Amino acid sequence: MKKLINNPELVVEEMLEGILEAHPNHLRKLSAGNILVRKDAPVNGKVALISGGGSGHEPAHGGFVGRGMLDAAVAGAVFTSPTPDQIYEAIKGVVSEAGVLLVIKNYTGDVMNFEMAAEMAQADGIKVESVIVNDDVAVENSTWTTGRRGIAGTIFVHKIAGAKAEAGDSLGEVKAVAEKVIANTRSMGMALTPCILPAARKPNFALADNEMEIGIGIHGEPGTHREELKSADEITLHLVNKILEDMHLTVGDEVAVMINGLGATPLMELYIVNRKVKQILTEQGIKVGKTFVGEFMTSLEMAGCSVSLLKLDSELKELLEAPADTLALKVL
Amino acid sequence: MSLNSSQVKKVMLEIGETVEKNKEFLTELDLAIGDADHGINLTKGFRAVATKLSATETDDIGEIFTLVGMTLVGNVGGASGPLYGTAFMRAGSYAAGKTSLIADDFVGILEAAIGGIKMRGKAEAGDKTMLDALIPALNAFQEALKQGITVHGALTKAVEAALAGVNYTKEIQARKGRASYLGARSIGHQDPGATSTYLMLRTISKAVQTQGQPEK
Repeated sequence: MKKLINNPELVVEEMLEGILEAHPNHLRKLSAGNILVRKDAPVNGKVALISGGGSGHEPAHGGFVGRGMLDAAVAGAVFTSPTPDQIYEAIKGVVSEAGVLLVIKNYTGDVMNFEMAAEMAQADGIKVESVIVNDDVAVENSTWTTGRRGIAGTIFVHKIAGAKAEAGDSLGEVKAVAEKVIANTRSMGMALTPCILPAARKPNFALADNEMEIGIGIHGEPGTHREELKSADEITLHLVNKILEDMHLTVGDEVAVMINGLGATPLMELYIVNRKVKQILTEQGIKVGKTFVGEFMTSLEMAGCSVSLLKLDSELKELLEAPADTLALKVL
Repeated sequence: MSLNSSQVKKVMLEIGETVEKNKEFLTELDLAIGDADHGINLTKGFRAVATKLSATETDDIGEIFTLVGMTLVGNVGGASGPLYGTAFMRAGSYAAGKTSLIADDFVGILEAAIGGIKMRGKAEAGDKTMLDALIPALNAFQEALKQGITVHGALTKAVEAALAGVNYTKEIQARKGRASYLGARSIGHQDPGATSTYLMLRTISKAVQTQGQPEK
């Protein structure tokens, strides 16, 4: 394996140092741990939005810290949830009297660690609420499983709940709009090649040269199936159809689109996917609103992409278009 | 005779040694149905536990368990950190103020740990988790005591039941954690969490057999 690293045990710390050096006007790091916060945090009277998770998904989540999005991002080890004490420090570092909303991706470890942190903060009298993002339609959502995973659609939650918080709305209102985004977001991904964890030094699964995995998770968790590689249009059609099966859109509805690269897929290919997404939606009479193409939630050097759709209404549309100033997503 | 606080501390350290010895084994099990870090993360956690325990003077067994739990929560990460952490913290609440443990306390401790894991993990027996080792162990221990078997004998029964529980996890489909994404493909693999729980119970049993006979 080839990696541009020094020491697998220091990748998160060294990355954060590099981010801070590059963006000293946007971000600072809390001395208590691997926590990036808005330079001006805590912002008086504003609900603070905190997200986080394992590292290796950059720019998530540190890249979405800033005005109009997150107040803090807690970075765990590669693909490992941060611990409750780290999350608790993040809460204390950015909280104002308006309270805190935790945006958690639906993985067992993340949910438990964030919940414990919330309990610790609540014991201090801090107002904490949380939402759990579960946009991945590749996973069966039933009471007999952990449920759907949270993947790139999480960025829509950061953006919209972030705009709502920036507008000065209450914790209850910010949480409600976050829940609304979650209810209206669906995603699905696919991989062409696996990723390599720095400490493991070997790929986390194997795909033959002519194979792809459909429905893959952002840690390389198994998807729905493997099959022979097809054209971008065929793959995109499959992903979008799976999403639409679950979304109940009708003619005239409007969606926001996110085409997310998993780490090693060129923008050229992501735009080819986006072209087809637009064609499919247009054929079905669905309007395409704001579209994001790029890397938002990666999986180290995995090649592949995910497609996310968010069904818009006037409120979500307005909040999606509100200003945001972060490293990885700017709306001006 | 009963288990005093320094013996409890020693058992905690021995659990750490067992985890470390089985680091690769647990990680291999996790590679099959999870994310291949169970042995690595638990080892990291129990190394931190050893450091913390060597720095504490307390005789309060409740405080010892709570310290173990908080250290695991802060150092293990993933799902097993909060789960084992909560289990030990709940055991700590149960044992608060105690400076020695008798057989009935093992029941109380296991009940507290099971309650903690159920609450934190929203899991039940049969979900292919650590509960599938822990619950049968508690039931077997209580049953053996009821039948008038010695505490040593009851512990042996508990460990046997935990191992049977681990083997049972091979037959069932995971309904919690990352293994649940595999659906039916998780069948045939034993649960890493149930396995580490069994290893801990086996270590506790061995330590009690050599260190002392808890009073009934």
